[in-house]
Amino acid sequence: MVQKDDGLRSRAEGELMAKDQLMDYQKALEAYEVVIGLEVHVELNTNTKMFCGCANVFGDEPNTNVCPNCLGFPGAMPAVNGKAIENSIKIGLALDCQIAATGRFARKNYFYPDLAKNFQTSQYDEPIAFEGKIDIEVPSGKVFTVEIERAHMEEDAGKLTHVGGSTGRIQGAEYSLVDFNRAGVPLVEIVTKPIYGAGDEAPELAAAYVRSIREIVKNLGVSDARMERGNVRCDANVSIRPKGEAKLGTRTETKNVNSLRSIERAVKYEIQRQAHLLSQGVAIIQETRHWHEDRGATSSGRPKSDADDYRYFPEPDLVPIKPSKEWIEQIRATLPEKPAVRRKRLMELWGFSELEFRDVVNSDLLDEIDETVKAGAKPQAARKWWTGELARIANSENKDINELAITPLQVAQIAELVESGKLTDRLAREVLTGVLAGEGDPAAIIAARGLEVVSDDGALLAAIDKVLAEQPDVLEKIREGKLQAAGAVIGAVMKAMSGSADAARVRELVIQRATEG
Amino acid sequence: MELLSKSASELASMLVKKEISSVELTKAQLDNIDKLNPKINSYLTVTHELALSQAKQVDDQRAKGESLPALAGVPIAVKDNLATIGIATTAGSKILQGWVPPYDATVVKKILANKMPILGKTNLDEFAMGSSTENSAYGPSLNPWDLTRTPGGSGGGSSSAVASMQAPLAIGSDTGGSIRFPAAVTGTVGVKPTYGAVSRYGLIALGSSLDQVGPVTRNVMDAAMLQDAIAGHDPMDATSLPESLGSMTEAAKNDSVKGLRIGIIKELTGEGFQKGVSEKFNEALEVLVAAGAEIVEVSCPSFQYAIAAYYLIQPAEASSNLARFDSVRFGLRVMPEGAATVEKVMSATREAGFGPEVKRRIILGTYALSSGYYDAYYGSAQKVRTLIQADLAKAFEKADVLVSPTAPTTAFKLGEKQEDPLAMYLNDIATIPANLAGIPGMSLPVGLAKEDNLPVGAQFLAPAREDARLYKVGAVLEKLLEAKWSKKMMDFAPELKVN
Repeated sequence: MVQKDDGLRSRAEGELMAKDQLMDYQKALEAYEVVIGLEVHVELNTNTKMFCGCANVFGDEPNTNVCPNCLGFPGAMPAVNGKAIENSIKIGLALDCQIAATGRFARKNYFYPDLAKNFQTSQYDEPIAFEGKIDIEVPSGKVFTVEIERAHMEEDAGKLTHVGGSTGRIQGAEYSLVDFNRAGVPLVEIVTKPIYGAGDEAPELAAAYVRSIREIVKNLGVSDARMERGNVRCDANVSIRPKGEAKLGTRTETKNVNSLRSIERAVKYEIQRQAHLLSQGVAIIQETRHWHEDRGATSSGRPKSDADDYRYFPEPDLVPIKPSKEWIEQIRATLPEKPAVRRKRLMELWGFSELEFRDVVNSDLLDEIDETVKAGAKPQAARKWWTGELARIANSENKDINELAITPLQVAQIAELVESGKLTDRLAREVLTGVLAGEGDPAAIIAARGLEVVSDDGALLAAIDKVLAEQPDVLEKIREGKLQAAGAVIGAVMKAMSGSADAARVRELVIQRATEG
Repeated sequence: MELLSKSASELASMLVKKEISSVELTKAQLDNIDKLNPKINSYLTVTHELALSQAKQVDDQRAKGESLPALAGVPIAVKDNLATIGIATTAGSKILQGWVPPYDATVVKKILANKMPILGKTNLDEFAMGSSTENSAYGPSLNPWDLTRTPGGSGGGSSSAVASMQAPLAIGSDTGGSIRFPAAVTGTVGVKPTYGAVSRYGLIALGSSLDQVGPVTRNVMDAAMLQDAIAGHDPMDATSLPESLGSMTEAAKNDSVKGLRIGIIKELTGEGFQKGVSEKFNEALEVLVAAGAEIVEVSCPSFQYAIAAYYLIQPAEASSNLARFDSVRFGLRVMPEGAATVEKVMSATREAGFGPEVKRRIILGTYALSSGYYDAYYGSAQKVRTLIQADLAKAFEKADVLVSPTAPTTAFKLGEKQEDPLAMYLNDIATIPANLAGIPGMSLPVGLAKEDNLPVGAQFLAPAREDARLYKVGAVLEKLLEAKWSKKMMDFAPELKVN
């Protein structure tokens, strides 16, 4: 289903802020078994919406990409976007799912102001894809097989903005604005079967699973897969039960978890929260919970029970979809390699150690490094830039590394300039700062800031001679074989050249001068 | 008045021969509307200026010798549940009072492409829920044959307009008989085409799997020409048929029923039907037999469950279709007393904006779809639908077309069934099966019932996509009856005294 806000029946904000008590994580895992289930919504990047011809674009002026259909006007009727079906089938196939011979749309009826028709056109008893599986590797190197229950198509809802309240939430807001640009954007919801046995790695598994889904849909080219824009959104179901207990515990569904790091933290938080409650003899309430990145906590949303009655029935305005076997096979033939296969291939191609490679995967940098290498960088250089300097900057700015305003091509250009000796490491970092600040491509920044390494020996010798004249004893020391004395000269020369010199060349020239004398 | 009682096909030919201009015709039509509508309440909106400007445009094009569609210049009335750019569209409901759509229904686009001036929007039971127009938030339409009686529903605005010469043609919509029943009780011809033959895009949905747009006219040829004008595949309506059903106009030129097998549906004759209705129905059959048709009896036992199934499926779909009327994006908005939340505003708006019958069906439909009841109600109703289709398929092995009276009685008195919804629902016994099965049906007048001198309609049904069969048999029967009466059906109509 579409992610909702707090719901109309939420509790007061004050109550939401009540602080949960948590059980120590290791203790919780000694006493309880964790079961998780993940629902991932993928927004497809089709040109148009699921059921009308409106543009599917992020970030446009509110309510500009709308029509009678996605506004739910009387008499308007849906027409299915064939590309969205094709892309949904691609996702299904990539997850080793079976593709339904006939798939029906259904209406899911509930009133909400962001839902134009007050029903969501979705799939219910006949999803387009079902019964798949995917192998997920967690940071420890262990591999879990996650079973996919279904992947179904549906339309996104509009976006609500609550104005006037202190928190941007519906409670206390003076009024709310609705942007229907997102209404009708095609979504594929991928639902796992319950995942048992992940133990203390359940949080990492949840994050790694979403990372894999994101990687798959991105490689398929069916989604922009940007979590910060909500292209990939995850609802995490968590329940725990005392070890040895056969009956499943009561689950909570945590929504609003929109980064990989948050998924991991939210699952861990829920395990600790639920463990504390159960240890105190308090029952878990089946409910929707919200993840608050700032507080690192979940809060109670709307109570949810299996009796939530959406009055599903087959959408009478649409005919069933019947993808032919031939078409499905044609689509299958166009699928890119599977993530696991790709990883194996890239690791060999790049010659990374297992540790280096896992670091890349866990830092979510596989695509960036792949593209940087394709743009001409040496694999190790690409790895160092992304996992080193860029990761440091992202971390210090508290950003997702994929959000940094630099392209793999630009990173490759910088790496190449260092490789060829045109930039020193220090200069390269300065160029990088310029790129991130939006000053343009490396070449333009070098030109504008005058950063290129001075490789003109004449200029270097002039600087060296000036330094040597101030420190006459140094030449003597070098001549006596105390080469380390050159270090002071090199440092001074580099300083005089504002860093724009190749230190190795300066060293050569200093020694050359000493031997000349 | 003589001009206005002419059929659309006659008017079209006069326009072609330039014996009259579209402006003259449209003006005469509007004058008659101005005279009659205040009494009969056929139209909720009359579009004087628009109609005349469209008429002038056609006349100009004709003067230049441009080639024009068959019905170009013939004015038409449109049921007020079809979206029209710039013209208020209410669906007979307060919740849409004053709403002006920013888009045209596909059928309206086709009417405009056929250069037919639009006279206005006709009255209906609120959201087409009803058989008498008494559920209209804007008051009932009256039957021109007897102003104390209903012109049928839901399309009583269209039927009364065509029967009282306020329009030569009208568009209706038929979910359970809303074109055919009004036609039967006003002495007009009404056709519900095969489901999907005419686009539903822009038709304010009642029961999406049942709704179909179709013609209301004074003779079979007019209906055929109008169906040809509005039918065809529409990519905006996923349920619209991809293929053409052929020319109905050609079918309506048929002059023989020799060897045609006509199946009388056992369950839709005899008991429960008004005596005068049965008499006129049987006379029509005799006329057909005399002309060489063969009568066979067929049985559709599942028809006994049709009304029950219909009143689960249709309200279920309606409860969902009507959810969008929530005041957020269009239409009425009622602010509740005290602090307003969006939930309270939605609730207050729906409470004030919907009439009792609409609320009744929303409650029925919501219940039928509820978890735990779905299988027993909606699920079972869908099974009945399959049974009805199977019964009909079997019947069509024995007969080319099926026939029954369109309704058990002639027009009933206004107010007569208003307090008894069930009696009102039973009125649709003969028309509902066609909607449940998606097959085409035509009601055409077969005379006046002896006891009340009110029109009786006979309904013909054909297999899906075989709409042409209806026009073939309808055209012949109409000709035979007119020969027998030595006049047309409308010539029997009493003079209207509206002052």
